[in-house]
Order: sequence, then C-alpha cells, then structure tokens
Amino acid sequence: MKNKFVKVLFAIALGSALFTSCKPKNSGDAVSGDAAQKAYVAPGKYDEFYNFVSGGFSGQLSVYGLPSGRLFRVIPVFSVDPEKGWGYSEETKPMLNTSNGFVPWDDLHHTEMSQTNGEVDGRWVFGNANNTPRIARIDLKTFKTAEIIELPNSGGNHSSPFITENTEYVVAGTRFSVPPDYANGDVAINTYKENFKGHISFVKVGKEGEMDLAFQIVTPGVNFDLSHAGKGKSHGWFFFSCYNTEQANTLLEVNASQRDKDFIMAVNWKKAEEYIKAGKGKKQTVKYAHNKWNEKTHTATSVMKNEVLVLDAAALKDICYMIPCPKSPHGCDVDPSGEYIVGSGKLAALIPVFSFDKLMGAIKDKKFEGDYGGIPVVKYEAALHGEVQKPGLGPLHTEFDGKGNAYTTFFVSSEVVKWDIKSLKVLDRVPTYYSVGHLCIPGGDSKKPFGKYLIAYNKITKDRYLPTGPELAQSAQIFDISGDKMQLILDFPTIGEPHYAQAAPAELIRNNGQLKFYKIADNNHPFVAKGEKEAKVVRKGNRVDVYMTSIRSHFAPDNIEGIKVGDEVYFHVTNLEQDWDVPHGFAIKGADNGELLIMPGETTTLKWLPKKTGMYPMYCTDFCSALHQEMQGYVRVSPAGSNVPLTWSVGTNLPKATK
Amino acid sequence: MQLSSLSKIALLITGLLFFGALFVPMWQIQLEAPQYPEGLTLRLHANKIGGDVEIINGLNHYIGMATLHTENFFEFTVLPYVFGAFALISIVLIWVAKRKAVLIFLITYAVFIVLAAVDFYRWNYEYGHNLDPNAAIRVPGMAYQPPLIGYKQLLNFGAYSIPDTGGWMMTAAGVLLFLVVLKEYKFNKNTES
Repeated sequence: MKNKFVKVLFAIALGSALFTSCKPKNSGDAVSGDAAQKAYVAPGKYDEFYNFVSGGFSGQLSVYGLPSGRLFRVIPVFSVDPEKGWGYSEETKPMLNTSNGFVPWDDLHHTEMSQTNGEVDGRWVFGNANNTPRIARIDLKTFKTAEIIELPNSGGNHSSPFITENTEYVVAGTRFSVPPDYANGDVAINTYKENFKGHISFVKVGKEGEMDLAFQIVTPGVNFDLSHAGKGKSHGWFFFSCYNTEQANTLLEVNASQRDKDFIMAVNWKKAEEYIKAGKGKKQTVKYAHNKWNEKTHTATSVMKNEVLVLDAAALKDICYMIPCPKSPHGCDVDPSGEYIVGSGKLAALIPVFSFDKLMGAIKDKKFEGDYGGIPVVKYEAALHGEVQKPGLGPLHTEFDGKGNAYTTFFVSSEVVKWDIKSLKVLDRVPTYYSVGHLCIPGGDSKKPFGKYLIAYNKITKDRYLPTGPELAQSAQIFDISGDKMQLILDFPTIGEPHYAQAAPAELIRNNGQLKFYKIADNNHPFVAKGEKEAKVVRKGNRVDVYMTSIRSHFAPDNIEGIKVGDEVYFHVTNLEQDWDVPHGFAIKGADNGELLIMPGETTTLKWLPKKTGMYPMYCTDFCSALHQEMQGYVRVSPAGSNVPLTWSVGTNLPKATK
Repeated sequence: MQLSSLSKIALLITGLLFFGALFVPMWQIQLEAPQYPEGLTLRLHANKIGGDVEIINGLNHYIGMATLHTENFFEFTVLPYVFGAFALISIVLIWVAKRKAVLIFLITYAVFIVLAAVDFYRWNYEYGHNLDPNAAIRVPGMAYQPPLIGYKQLLNFGAYSIPDTGGWMMTAAGVLLFLVVLKEYKFNKNTES
C-alpha cells in the first residue's frame, strides 16, 4: 500500500517535471559576436547615417546617428523649448500661431525627407502635427524649423507628411473626420454619417521649399491613417489607408473593427490638378495660419489665410477609388518600383499586396463592386497581386531595401518579418523589444533605398534598460540587413515617442552647404546692432528697446539704468562672433520667460516685464570662453513714474573717486 | 659675355614667379589648439594680412596682445611695388644679358631677404612683448612672440611659422637666380664681365 502511494507520488512529480519542461524555451537575446563592432563608431569618427526621428508627443524632431544610436540634437518644431527660446523669443512666437491662437504643444507624428527623382536629396525634413493639424518644414542647412502651415477643415493629421517623388506636394489627411470649417460644426455628435467629412490636403512645395495649400479633396467621413505616393509608373497617384469605414463616432475600439475590410483610397492627384486648373475647385471660406521664418531678418511672420479650393471626390467620380483592404489597415507602402502597394491591416493575419498595373486595368474595365459614399470601390481580387500568408500578428508598416525585399512590423507578435515582394514568401523574422510600431530603412520609402540598416521603433520598453521609475523612454533596435538574415546590433532609448523616422547618408547632409555661423553683414533684423558702437537703449513711452551686443566675454551695454516698473523691455541681443560654435546665452533674473541662445551673427529678442523695483542681474548662459563667468551685467529698475535718467554703458560706469 | 639661352629662360621663369607672388600669400603662421581641431592660419600677402586674422584678433585681448590690422604696417603698401620691380628687373635682365647684372640682382635680392627677415622678427617681438598690462590672462615673464620660422608653443596654441605659396615661389626664384650666376661664372670660363 505504502509502495503504491510512493510510486503514484513519484509518477505525479515526474509528470509535472515533464509537463513544465515542455514549455517552449525563449530564444533569448542571442546577439552575435561582431554586433559590437558593427554598432561602434570610434571617438572622433562620424556615423554613416543621419537619422531624423519623430518625437511624437514631445512635438520635436530628434537627430540621431546610425549605427551608434547617439543623439546629436533635438530640433524644436511644434513644442515650445525654453532652452532654445523656441516659442519664447519674440521672433519664434509667430511660428506656433494657429487659427486657434498660440499653441505651445503638438504631437509631431511622422517625418519625411524631401526627394528629387524619387531619391532622398537632403534638403528638408517635413513633420506633421497630429493635434492642431499642421505640416512643418525643417531646413537641413541650419537644422531649424523654417515654415509651418496649418490645415483647415481638419481634425487630426495622421496620413502626413508624405511626399510625391519630386516633392511636388506634401500631403495631409484627417485622422478624425469633422464637419468642415465651411459648414456648421455645432451639430450632434451622432450625426457623424450625415455631417462629418474627411479632407485630404495637397500642399504644394516650391523650389526653395515654400509651402502653399494648393487644394483639398473632400471625402466620406472615415479615419485616414497612413499614405504614400506612387513612384515611377505610379507617379501621379497617392494611396491613403483608412479605417472606421463603419463611420462610428463612439467606442471605435469595437465599432470601428466590425467590417471585414476597410479601404486603401487611391487618389489620382494629377487629374485633381487638372480639375483645379479647369476651375472645378470650389472656393470655400476658412481660416488657417501660414508661418514662415526669414533667414535674413531672423524673424518669423504669421499670415492668416482665408480660403481654400475643395474638390468633391464623390461628384467628380474619377479622382478617388477605394480598394478594399483587410482589416483596419494602417501602413500603406509603395515598393521602390512603384508597382506594388502593400497594405498592413493591423487586425489582419495576412498582408495584401496590390498591383498598380492591375489596379489601372480594373479601373479601365470598371471592375467595381458598388461605391462607398459615391466613390467607386474596385473589386479586391481585380487589384490584388497576392497575399503574404501567416506572416505574424498585427502588421503595421512596411519598408523596402531595394533588393526586392519587404520588411513589415508586427505589433502584436512583436517582430519584424522579411519577405520577398514578388513571390510573397517569408524569408526571415526577428523579435523586437517590444511591440514594434514603425521601422525605418534609410531611403526605405524612396525609389532608391540606401539599405544597410533597419531600425525598429518600439512601443513597450519594460526591462530593456535600467529602470527609471514608472515612466520609461521608448526603445529602438538597430538591425544589420546587409546580409540574408537580419542581425541585431544595437538597442538604444529614444526621446519622446518615435512614430516614424527617416535616414540618409551622412555625406548627403553634412556636405549640403550647412551653415557654421550667420554672416553678420547679411543680418537684416530690424533691431540688429552690428558692432558695439551701435549698441544703445531707446525709450518710446513705456516700451524700451535694448540694442545689445555679445562677444567674448562681455555684453554691450552691461549696465542699464532708468528702467521703470510697468515698462515693456525688449532685449535684442546680437551675437557678434563670426566663428564656429561660439553661441552666447542671455537670461535676466525673475523674467517669466525662457532664455535666449544666440548663434554667431544672429539677433534674438527676449521680452521682459519688470514687476518690482530693484537690481536685476543678467548673464550669458552658454559657456562661451575662459571668462564666461565674467560675462554679466545689471539692470536697475526704478518705481513707475521715477525720473532716473535712462543710461547705458559698458566699462565706463565706475565708482565715484573717494574724497 | 652674353647669357646662355638656358639662363634667359631661367630669368623668364624668375620674373613670372615674382609676379605670381603678388597674388598668393607669401607667409603663414599656422595655429593649433585642442579646441580648434580645424586649425587657424594667419596668412601674410604682399598687400594685406589674410587668413583667419579676424578670429585670431578676437582671441588676442585675453593675453593683452594688440590686434592685427593691415593699415598699421607700411610694409603692405611697399611690398607689392618691390615684387613688381623684381619681376620687371628679371625680365629686363634677359635683354641686358650680362652676367654681372644678374649677380648684382642676386646680391640685392639676398639683402632684401635679410631685411625682410629682420623686419618680420622686429614686428613679432613688438607684438609678442608689448602686452596690455590689464590683460585677463597674465603669465609672469611670458611673451607671445611667434617664431620667425619653425615651431613654438604659446600657451595652449602651437604656432608654426613657414612660407606660404608665395614664399616658396620667391625661394624658387632665388634658387634660380643663384643657379644662373653659378652657371655663368663657374661653367662658362670664357669670361668677360
């Protein structure tokens, strides 16, 4: 009896051990030996690529190096930055102006580099604002935000800022359908189906980059997600993925996931251009801001525009076509040849790949299955090249290496999968840590990808790095894709939340005529002081303009008296240096403002409203020289109505000689 | 004794070299410091001070050295004429074609070089020693006299004083003149003056 009991116990123990050992082992982070060498950039050497990464909820554009993953700069775009005076200095405030007034924050969702003939050309990077819909253009000679244009009739802006292959246009698309600005927005929310519309914006980009909202196309009220332009043979078309074709206005989590297929909307923008030329665009009254930075005056100006040309897709019938796509598609990516359009349905278990030639054939032969909101719906099989079967769970985004391969991210199964575009066969898969969103291959969405590296930008960090409390930085991994199999070489944290990134060879950008400093002779700022002789303080009523210069290591003037409580004081600081990497900073005690960082040859203005009488020190905040600590000054503030004369000087305001 | 055609060609080249030296810097002082990986160079032309003189002037006040300005040196008004004259003389000597004339020219040129070196040394001394007593950085006994030629460490800067393109052209001209004299006197024994 006892024997049997022991035997049974033993059998159970053995069985349990066997059972638990059947759990599949984690492959773990098998990083191969030469990963360190591949990711290492020796001191004094340069990275191979510039990586322009969207900051997501930080609102800024960050610049990293590949393969080292080192952060070079965070360029302020849509969010104020008191460190750089962005949105705090008088000259930069207009950049953040909108039809809703000054907006100090936004969500810079995606980045896109300018292209010429379908190749990345290193002139500008575009960024989109997802909250108060806007597109920004960042100049890569100065790494500064040069222009921001707002988009009317829009709610959210997700399918942006994607460009046509010669940067003819940069597009935007409403993520949240809303009643247009030219209609009544004060309607019940559940009248979504009747009143809410989508608007796609085509912003023309001029030779020097200047943007102009050429036209919009009004569409049924769906959520536009991502987009890409056709290339080569498909140049002239633009593809937008959309979800919520159920047109739900509440609990989209459930209500927008009902239909088996949503759409990729194919837009014939060349035809739309023709219609605009033929005067078919309807002029609608709207209000949106257009803000530009002037390199010569170092100042931004904001102009309010009040009309836009709108084309009705349903009325015109041949500028938009819907291609069914499973299921709540996210990514909408065109391969380098321009023939294949890859839809990534985030709730699908397959990847549909459409053929441009087949799509054109289907449109010509009118292989439609009805319409959606007046827009013809092409038959799924008529446009389909094929489906990649069982690639992974939750496909989000695809890019290409130019060698006939596609790389798709899978959020739910936390991996990147490599597959052959023509044969639709899966070639390789690697885990990401954890839950990758978008990936980036240098030039990966252009006609000529540079290849070599793939960066996966993840949404979940957990245990990847040393913990920093409840809030963690986002994680990214760099993979070497030069061989047949993808190889993990580096894991690095990023600022903000990258949603997408672009990368280009270092030479393309560092040799594009990058500015080392501004020539003071070209400085046309209205309050510039081109030498210490031009430094002065001028009073007009209770407005005081201080024309100040800064040079190693003093301000001129550095002693100012005669300011009164209630004055509006403007410090216009000119940095007289004409050499590389000699910025000066400026701050004054108690100012409810940021600081100024002034680059050589630049003039920037800080507004100060002294509220109490007293003595206010000011100083240079950027360590500029051996005598940086001595670069300081004082401003004397007297009571309102006092008659202390306005005086200013440097070096001469010495104590009275003792008797 | 007529000069050989080889010597005449040499004189032509010499003339061209003197003329060319008017358009390129003749001397340079290269400055190296840890915080200037790109380097700084002062370039002395026949008619002006060039190179990174503005940046260097911006740094001088820390140690109390006076700033450099072309208009403070009479040499820059005179030198272009001197070079021009040398060029002209070289050409004229082709027609004069007497070896004694070439010898006299060579001696004159040598004297000029010596005078130029002495003058350069004098200015280097003046600027390196005549410092503002109120300068922020004062190292007792320290002088910032750049070397006449060669390398010298001045605080965090390494100064390297060497000929620039023009200087090499003038050296070549001098060598050519010397070779002409050598040839005409040593190797052509049928002498007349």
